[in-house]
Amino acid sequence: MAVLTTPSPQTAQQPAAAGEPAAANKLTMIVLSGDMDKVFAAFTIATGAAASGMDVTMFFTFWGLQAIRKPRRTGRSLFGRMLSLFLKDINGIGPSKLNLGGLGRWMFKQMMRAHRVPTLPELRQMAVDLGVKFQACQTSLEVMELRREDLIDEVQDVVGVAAMLELARQSKATLFI
Amino acid sequence: MDAVQVNKTLDLKGLLCPIPVVKMAQAIKTVAVGEVIEATATDPGVMADIPAWCRTTGQELVRITRENGVISFAVRRVK
Repeated sequence: MAVLTTPSPQTAQQPAAAGEPAAANKLTMIVLSGDMDKVFAAFTIATGAAASGMDVTMFFTFWGLQAIRKPRRTGRSLFGRMLSLFLKDINGIGPSKLNLGGLGRWMFKQMMRAHRVPTLPELRQMAVDLGVKFQACQTSLEVMELRREDLIDEVQDVVGVAAMLELARQSKATLFI
Repeated sequence: MDAVQVNKTLDLKGLLCPIPVVKMAQAIKTVAVGEVIEATATDPGVMADIPAWCRTTGQELVRITRENGVISFAVRRVK
């Protein structure tokens, strides 16, 4: 019993002994949401972090793919083509509350302009200019019948969970939005 | 007025987060190490954000003051 409950010196040393690099100045963000407000927060944090010298990677999955999607018809199967009617691009996504069939989206765009806050496409471009890397989730692309060509050219990689986790493990901060 | 020599000025008035920090990050690359950027802003968030940005990026905050809603600050490029 005592032997089982006492951590072996080997186990205790593992984090250092595993040869894993100490958390680098990296930020990894998983963007699951396709709501305007949440995507807005994601790009704001990403640009702020990049401006503060962090190495930022945004991993877009499921509805989050709308933020890096080109505005065009997609889908092969009946469901895929139906889904395509509802999949938006970065200009078409609405807030999670008060969307009111697009009225809220329009209202918030007006208010953002009035307060001289950048639009979502401008914020995304700013992220690109600051060196933020975009990755897309391979499985989400398959499920939602999207191809690499349906995403904006700035997307660097289409990867899976292991690649994202490897980055996350090396990061100082990981955010899920 | 202190005796700090200013090498570049920035007008960040009317801009909200994250733009002041992004503009500072872009501007700091355009001056040499040891040179100073002086800026004015109106977003109250700048009072906390610019000192935080200086700490994270290792630049020196020479001063930051707020008067009648206008925040003025000076940052020296250290690296």
